[in-house]
Amino acid sequence: MIYLQVLANGVVLGGLYAAIAVGFSLVWGVLNVINLLHGSFIVLGAYVAFFAYGLLGLHPFLTAPIAGAILFVIGYSLQSTVINRVIGTPVLMTLTLTFGLDLLLNNAMLLAFKADYRKVVLDPPLGSISLGPVVLPLDRVAVMALALLLTYGLYRLLRDSKMGRAIISVRMDREAAALMGVNVMRMQAITFGIGAFMAGAAGSLLSIIYPISPLNSITFLGKAFVICVIGGLGSVGGAIAGGITLGLIESFAALWFGPEYAVPLSFALLVVFLAVRPTGLLGRRGYE
Amino acid sequence: MRTTIILVVGAALFAAFVILGGNYAIRFATIFAMYATLALSWNFIGGFAGYPSFATAAFFGLGSYASAIAQSSGIPMLVAWPFGGLIAAAFAALIGLAILHLKGHYFAIASLALVEVLRELVNINDRLTGGGMGLNLPVAHAGVTQQALLFLAAMLAVTIVTVLVTVIVTRHKIGFALRCIQQNEDAAIMLGVNARLYKAAAFTLSALFPGIVGGIYASWVHYIDPSDVFDIFLSVKPLVMVLLGGLGTLFGPVIGAGVFLVLEEAVWRSFLTVHAAVLGLLIVALVLFLPNGLVSISGQQLRARKA
Repeated sequence: MIYLQVLANGVVLGGLYAAIAVGFSLVWGVLNVINLLHGSFIVLGAYVAFFAYGLLGLHPFLTAPIAGAILFVIGYSLQSTVINRVIGTPVLMTLTLTFGLDLLLNNAMLLAFKADYRKVVLDPPLGSISLGPVVLPLDRVAVMALALLLTYGLYRLLRDSKMGRAIISVRMDREAAALMGVNVMRMQAITFGIGAFMAGAAGSLLSIIYPISPLNSITFLGKAFVICVIGGLGSVGGAIAGGITLGLIESFAALWFGPEYAVPLSFALLVVFLAVRPTGLLGRRGYE
Repeated sequence: MRTTIILVVGAALFAAFVILGGNYAIRFATIFAMYATLALSWNFIGGFAGYPSFATAAFFGLGSYASAIAQSSGIPMLVAWPFGGLIAAAFAALIGLAILHLKGHYFAIASLALVEVLRELVNINDRLTGGGMGLNLPVAHAGVTQQALLFLAAMLAVTIVTVLVTVIVTRHKIGFALRCIQQNEDAAIMLGVNARLYKAAAFTLSALFPGIVGGIYASWVHYIDPSDVFDIFLSVKPLVMVLLGGLGTLFGPVIGAGVFLVLEEAVWRSFLTVHAAVLGLLIVALVLFLPNGLVSISGQQLRARKA
């Protein structure tokens, strides 16, 4: 019976992880930029939720789109002013640039919010539900559902809207897209903005589960890495598959070997995946 | 000829600084030698071969732990240091088999993951490594200044060897092969360059010296713990130094290490709470405005003067 519970925990955790990774995957897939700011974006989204709840009493679930919008503006401006200048240069340059930007943002957050761990404590708490032998905390289930909804929204946006198609065309072939009249620079800024939106919204949702601190950004970033590599880069489905796989692995690793092995095991798995199947579980299918 | 002059003048200035500057200068010079070695080592894989490795911290930490554990089982310090380097190099040669076929971002992430995995493994195996409590190293029976000079001499010796190896690499077939790989790996393979071998060699070299330097560092500070020697900044700083100085050049990494260290000292001293942001700003400015490093400035000016 314990296995059923661990399985359920893993799937729920995986839903949260998918939300952490999907924006990161989009930016990596379309812009070929590893956005090392992603973890800090998530933390910033969580702070927006924290202050909105503490000062205005706004529920973090309602804050999610607002936090997303704020992050969109930040992401859009960063891409259009700075990151667009290095698109197409060697990996080392883009990676180093976002690392530098992350140092700036993270340091700014440390100064503004201090390193203290904070948490949104809902009043009244959401409690838990039992499905037969399996008990699930409702806050995690709700966050997972909303995160998956958000991810589905992104999928539809990319698939159905004109803007989404333009983004996909940039992903497939920048030069050809430009020749077809797509404003590539603007689309890149929008893509980065959407990636930041997803991070901010996810951070806002996660604020009721995880403690909030600028020091946590590296944890989120590490998860996003692992999920993208396991699931396969550049598709919404890949982020969900990778998220759930990682959630299951962490849950079962904690059960069998002890929780301290969850992180090294997931990173070891990342190295194995890179060595054996660098395209990930779903392969390179792109946003169809 | 020009190389020799630069080397002699640089060495003379360095010696004068250490002799005249007292203990602070000795400490400063030791850190400089360590940074220069790390930057030169990263240059083998990152500069010459163009593979963005973030594994320097993994090699540094592995070397320091291997050497510390060797010393605690009775092996003398001077043997333990190269032993740490050999362990790091062997690790790189082995793991290189698995990850050197990756390109770009994938290689960067895999190398970054090495740091995380090793740090966590050291944390978990606390009977061997002391875990999060860290490890204490034996303190040598000598005066403070003598000890400081010994560690400086050791670091410098490694730096000089690394410079010499870099000279050998630049002037021989391996350097040419690595540059070919950096420019177009597929074309290089088509022309008969054994890319796999040379990449493995570059990766192993990029591990050997950080491993030795990690061991010396551990003896120098007498105490190591996982978050200190597997610090991700140990991977990033050498990269920034090489970018600052000039990728794939001989003096670029050394100049970059010097300039970086001076900046770091100045920033730490005056802006303690924002030093990460200042470092970030430096990195952003570097990537946007000086992507080919300080060495490229003099090159451009020379060319402009000739024209």
